Amino acid sequence: MTGNPIPGENQTPPGTLTGNRGLQIEEPLIFEQDSPGKTGVDLPDPGLSAPRLGAVKRRAAIGLPGMAEPEVVRHYTRLSQKNFGIDTTFYPLGSCTMKHNPRLNEKMARLPGLADIHPLQPESTIQGALELIDTLAHWLKVLTGMEAVAMTPGAGAHGELCGMMAIQAALQDRGDARRRVLVPDSAHGTNPATAAALGYTVDAVPSDSRGRVDRAALEAKLGDDVAALMLTNPNTCGLFETEIVAIAEALHAAGALFYCDGANFNAIVGRVRPGDLGIDAMHINLHKTFSTPHGGGGPGAGPVVLSKALAPYAPLPAVVHGPEGFRLVERPEDGGPAPKSFGRLKGFHGQMGMFVRALSFAMSHGADGLKQAAEDAVLNANYLRARLQSVMSLSYPGPCMHEVLFDDRFLRGTGVSTLDLAKALLDEGFHPMTMYFPLVVHGAMLIEPTESESKATLDRFADTLLKLTEQAQSGDAAALTAAPRLTPRTRLDETGAARKPILRWRPPAEAVSAPRQAAE
Amino acid sequence: MTTRYTKDHEWIRVDGDTGVVGITDYAQEQLGDIVFIELPDIGKVLAQGDEAATVESVKAASEVYAPAGGEVIEANAALADNPALVNEQPLGEGWFFKLQLSSPGDLESLMDDAGYAAYCKELDE
Amino acid sequence: MRYLPLTEADRSTMLATIGAGSIDELYCDVPPGARLDGPVDLPHHAGELEVERALAGLAARNVPAGSVPSFLGAGAYRHHIPATVDHLIQRGEFLTSYTPYQPEVSQGTLHYLFEFQTQVALLTGMDVANASLYDGATACAEAVMMANRVTRRKKAVLSGGLHPHYAETTATLARYTGFDLVRPDPDPTGTEDLVAQIDDETSCVVVQTPDLFGNVRELSRLAEACHARKALLIAVVTEVVSLGLLTPPGDMGADIVAAEGQSIGNTLNFGGPHVGLFATRDKYIRNMPGRLCGETVDTEGRRGFVLTLSTREQHIRREKATSNICTNSGLCALGFTIHLSLLGELGLMRLAETNHARAIRLADRLAAVPGVAVLNDGFFNEITVRLPQAAGPLVDRLADRGILAGVPVSRLYPDRPDLADLLLCTATETNTDDDIEALATALHEEVR
Repeated sequence: MTGNPIPGENQTPPGTLTGNRGLQIEEPLIFEQDSPGKTGVDLPDPGLSAPRLGAVKRRAAIGLPGMAEPEVVRHYTRLSQKNFGIDTTFYPLGSCTMKHNPRLNEKMARLPGLADIHPLQPESTIQGALELIDTLAHWLKVLTGMEAVAMTPGAGAHGELCGMMAIQAALQDRGDARRRVLVPDSAHGTNPATAAALGYTVDAVPSDSRGRVDRAALEAKLGDDVAALMLTNPNTCGLFETEIVAIAEALHAAGALFYCDGANFNAIVGRVRPGDLGIDAMHINLHKTFSTPHGGGGPGAGPVVLSKALAPYAPLPAVVHGPEGFRLVERPEDGGPAPKSFGRLKGFHGQMGMFVRALSFAMSHGADGLKQAAEDAVLNANYLRARLQSVMSLSYPGPCMHEVLFDDRFLRGTGVSTLDLAKALLDEGFHPMTMYFPLVVHGAMLIEPTESESKATLDRFADTLLKLTEQAQSGDAAALTAAPRLTPRTRLDETGAARKPILRWRPPAEAVSAPRQAAE
Repeated sequence: MTTRYTKDHEWIRVDGDTGVVGITDYAQEQLGDIVFIELPDIGKVLAQGDEAATVESVKAASEVYAPAGGEVIEANAALADNPALVNEQPLGEGWFFKLQLSSPGDLESLMDDAGYAAYCKELDE
Repeated sequence: MRYLPLTEADRSTMLATIGAGSIDELYCDVPPGARLDGPVDLPHHAGELEVERALAGLAARNVPAGSVPSFLGAGAYRHHIPATVDHLIQRGEFLTSYTPYQPEVSQGTLHYLFEFQTQVALLTGMDVANASLYDGATACAEAVMMANRVTRRKKAVLSGGLHPHYAETTATLARYTGFDLVRPDPDPTGTEDLVAQIDDETSCVVVQTPDLFGNVRELSRLAEACHARKALLIAVVTEVVSLGLLTPPGDMGADIVAAEGQSIGNTLNFGGPHVGLFATRDKYIRNMPGRLCGETVDTEGRRGFVLTLSTREQHIRREKATSNICTNSGLCALGFTIHLSLLGELGLMRLAETNHARAIRLADRLAAVPGVAVLNDGFFNEITVRLPQAAGPLVDRLADRGILAGVPVSRLYPDRPDLADLLLCTATETNTDDDIEALATALHEEVR
């Protein structure tokens, strides 16, 4: 559990006069470093004599702090040093695919011809941009074996919305108002949230003892009111859904469509084409399979590949290639691939900056390299499985895909929880695995090493986990429950944060009078 | 006054034709530190089993269902400032809302103290 | 393959440890009929040089906005970004970290998100802001859905000055999640009467300022009218630099501000990724979509930050979440925060003044071109120009002459021939007097 720290008078951690700990430097908020009148940007005199702003010229100050450039540089450099990243250390966060982010991709995304183009420039001035989108679309279609791809969704969850809207549009088009969506209980939370947002009743399908969706239970739920199944494959337990083809056939026989959450496509790219599994729509998280940077939580990009049945309903705009070059089709009637398009999903044409990086990654790897990357990711996960399974409790036997799932049975009676083990890893210099997800096992630990890690790193990680387990099982719980001790912060009071939310800085005078800050 | 319990871990303490509703000690234990409670509007008419309130901890959110049908006549305003009351005194100061009962027969389907204790014991095994 | 650390020897050793004879055995769960038996028809791996050559070749077939006089806006704006911004966001600890689920080793990300939320709240004049959404258009759609939740009503009024991409994004959600929209006609002069559209079913009115056509709008009266009917006022801002010089929507009574933050710290990127800003009043915190960062203390009593109020979100609430959104626009938000930290109060105000001054010069110069009229009275950095001919073909001809003249309204409203002679032109601090002169001269020659 989080614990209930008591804020003390003494804000200085033990050890130093300043509170700094070597390279870990305590850093105030920018608002606490304000020197009114300072700026880090020099601009010429605007020469504004008579504004034409009508009645809405700003009268009150904004309240932004003033800082010079070196102060800003140091501030954000220091903040960066309080973060773990893939560049820093092993980051086996299951279902997140923390693989290496090649810097070539960053360089390409910054070419002025790709970064400094306006989305509404005349088509004659953006032929290269449209070709780039079309090229990436081609890679995605070939790798998935699917008919079409909608490029505009802004992230994975946005892709889910896209795919499910296409499904709803197709069903409506055939006059079929189905209201139920089947979602396995192991699914990522976005799946039921997406289905519910579109007005569907979410019907949870249990997992079987092998960690796969219970096919018999699923088939028993099929009926003429089922619009779709949303299934992740490989699933969130890191397992390939062995009966997926039969499931797809049963769904289609019942008149339903098959949405696949492609978050884990990285495990099978180059070896399995989702199009051969009978799916109708699948989003691809470019930040996972194609390694666009996670950036502390975005931006993402979630193109959705579509079957022939759904292609006409894809969102717009879309890029088409014609005799006069590349064209951006923005209306259903303009002769694009989606004459029955369900509409627009976001501003402009998609996450171009992410497309550049993803294409750079795809071209660098090539068909052979992408397949090898998938195989190495699977090999690495299975290697960790083999090294850890005799001590930690493996949730489901047999080979896994790109991630391996353990649960907390091996910690029972030790006084150490999944959370404690994760926090102890922080002190050892590793980012922990994903904890408490998926929900189908108790105290889940989902480890995804990715293809970017060497055998030496995996061995160090496995050795550390084994030793920590030994520590826990030998009765030395305190060493783990007190962790982390060496990180920029120790465990944080999440209960306090949620009970009295402080979501912004306020000037000290205001902060004192604001009721929600008066609690302490 | 009699207290009855649901399988979803709500309790209702009945006094005449009104009932006070809360969640049990077992429930607050499972949820952990409670951070927020959304209570029903006064005047809302609930049938037995309707969603009546939401209770949130840091990592979980659960619905609270009406143990019996009736109209909401009071909601515990103290919970807004101090949701921890539910952790501290789930059966006392941490109550959620009061109902003007419309169908006392609903109570018959609920568990008594002994029944609920046995039910919790079963869940733990 | 330069990105893969395993050697063939490693692979053999590891397979032996696993007890598998080959990698194929690890894929044994794939139904035999679904296994690819050969390589897909795509190129083989390539070195940095080859990839760079190929992508630079594509880049060379575009005209960068910065390489010619460029006056495009309409929701994406070209501003100068200090070198510091891109340097700092590329630090690996920011670039290659994930959502701060482990706050002890994510204080860097959480700390800047807290600063970001504060900056957005200050700029918009609101109480609180979230940690960003995908872009302005999705923020707008999310704002409408939030207003529907708060008011328990299902009818939104979208101003005729709202960017059509925002309106269409909202309309898509309206169709598929089930709510109604009232969409008055496009409103080039900013004179529509939205008050008349509000009734007791209305959940919210969405109005953009400066609007699509560049008009700045006073919202107080509209806010009062909304509140009188217990509806919310949603203010959309697509050019956030304007907030350096304009009364913020919060001060005019807005309940939610949905904005596009690209103008600060982010390049045009052909339209994405950008960064959606979302701010509201304290009383609506628990109805907000997206991630929120909050202040707390650690076990030693030191201030720290965590993601908070997560029970609104999909990973806990699943089908009962306020939104299905998972990702924010983290790195773009960081760019925004760093750029705004560099600008500070003084810098942002001066930048806004510079933009306005440039736009005044542009307006006056274009108004002097015979046959050309500027429609706006009050504007910030974008204006609407009425031409004596259709704007679309004219813009194409000017592009051939090396000038990106602006956005023809027909590009956004292809079904409205009555708007075909309108051109949206923006001037920012990046536009020189020479740029403006080049546009005016070329326009003069083309319309003669």
